[in-house]
Amino acid sequence: MKRRDFLKGCLISGAAVSLGTPSKSWAVGSFEGYPDSMGVLVDTTRCIGCRSCEAACNKEQKLPEPDVPFDDTSVFEEKRRTSEKAYTVVNRYEATDGQKPPFRKMQCNHCNEPACLTSCFVNAYTKTKEGAVIYNSKVCVGCRTCMVACPFNIPAYSYSSAFGPVIKKCIFCYHTRLKFGKPPACVEICPREALTFGLRRDLIKLANERIRATPDKYYDHIYGEKELGGTSWLYLSRVPAEQIGLDETVGNEPIISNVKEFLGMVPMVLTIWPALFTGIHLLATRGKDHDDAHSNHSEQEDGKK
Amino acid sequence: MQTKVFWLAGIIVFLLLITVPGTSRGISVPDVITLHSQSKLYEPFNFPHAKHILLLKECSYCHHHTTGTLMKNPDCIRCHINSSETKVVSCRGCHLPDPFTAAAMKEKDPKLYHNDRPSLKAAMHRNCIDCHDKMKGPTGCRDCHKYTKEGASFYNTGEFAPKNKPAKGGHGEH
Repeated sequence: MKRRDFLKGCLISGAAVSLGTPSKSWAVGSFEGYPDSMGVLVDTTRCIGCRSCEAACNKEQKLPEPDVPFDDTSVFEEKRRTSEKAYTVVNRYEATDGQKPPFRKMQCNHCNEPACLTSCFVNAYTKTKEGAVIYNSKVCVGCRTCMVACPFNIPAYSYSSAFGPVIKKCIFCYHTRLKFGKPPACVEICPREALTFGLRRDLIKLANERIRATPDKYYDHIYGEKELGGTSWLYLSRVPAEQIGLDETVGNEPIISNVKEFLGMVPMVLTIWPALFTGIHLLATRGKDHDDAHSNHSEQEDGKK
Repeated sequence: MQTKVFWLAGIIVFLLLITVPGTSRGISVPDVITLHSQSKLYEPFNFPHAKHILLLKECSYCHHHTTGTLMKNPDCIRCHINSSETKVVSCRGCHLPDPFTAAAMKEKDPKLYHNDRPSLKAAMHRNCIDCHDKMKGPTGCRDCHKYTKEGASFYNTGEFAPKNKPAKGGHGEH
């Protein structure tokens, strides 16, 4: 084989390896969630905004005293978000068709493929087999990338703590309840069972059955069944999800899909590329370098003479 | 002769007893039902049953297919078209106080009906509040429930209300 042909072959195969876009399945298999993942179905048609879930969460997670009592409905005048003092909040939305204004509880949706977990470079997050996305404050370095990554704006940061601030978010009552097969505190206290606890796959059947049995009561969509690769918490509503503050533009692909292909290539680039290109360089410059050095050397010698 | 009349009367009474449902005879229909399943956070609440009977005059609004006129919901009459009144008519006879225990959830068969049966607490709050909405009855939490001391502390209200208001307003004083 001629040297030129060998180099050509090297370049072509190298380019194919480095430029060819690997298929998704090749990069990392997609994850549909743990088979026995638990979940909560939030039926917003049942919520009356009593804020009992907020009180139960506060007591269960031993959160600091709230700014106003939990039976004060003046909080609905503004849209609140989750904070270091409240892992869950209920917001009131505009009534669109002369009906009563809908309420929606918000908390961590416990994604099947959480963006917070993906973005965390110290692996502080874990998706447990029960479905909870939990967080280990001991390894957290406080970079807050997860707050940027979360498509639902859920993780909050304890800015008030000067020493050892940590991320604060709903953990599905994992350590005190879910681990032992018990429903989270908010579900247990909900007076109208707007929150139903169960296996995620059963809840999807249940939600579809509710839509089938009372079609005029529901908008035919389960938010969270497919959004962002699926979430453990699912929502039913009378109006389209966007009217109760749920982002419908998030798409059905998990956030990690945006970087999966790129990240799948990183090990290959780091291991194959240096060897490949060093080899090509050495082969391409073999002899030439040597000759040049030799001739320079001899020129210098000539000059001296 | 007298014994004959006595026997006849006895048979008529017996027939009445087995054919006419207990509810129509006024047997064991409580006038007031004390609801205390949430007694940790709330004082027991006396539900004026008699008042609701007089107002609605139809048991099945609350008791579904167990007593009163048969429901016309097409989903129900598929099975309950020939159902007669049942022995158990109380709410807690069917609605579990604790529906999300592992044992209760295991019993649920997704292939069967009555899978989405609300808990005792949810059955009441949904039936009561939804009807009160239509009939313009009281619907506020405090209209029925009075806090116990533990309840007030749980909701950080009353004597347990937060004292330090945040510097930034917005949530508003009342």
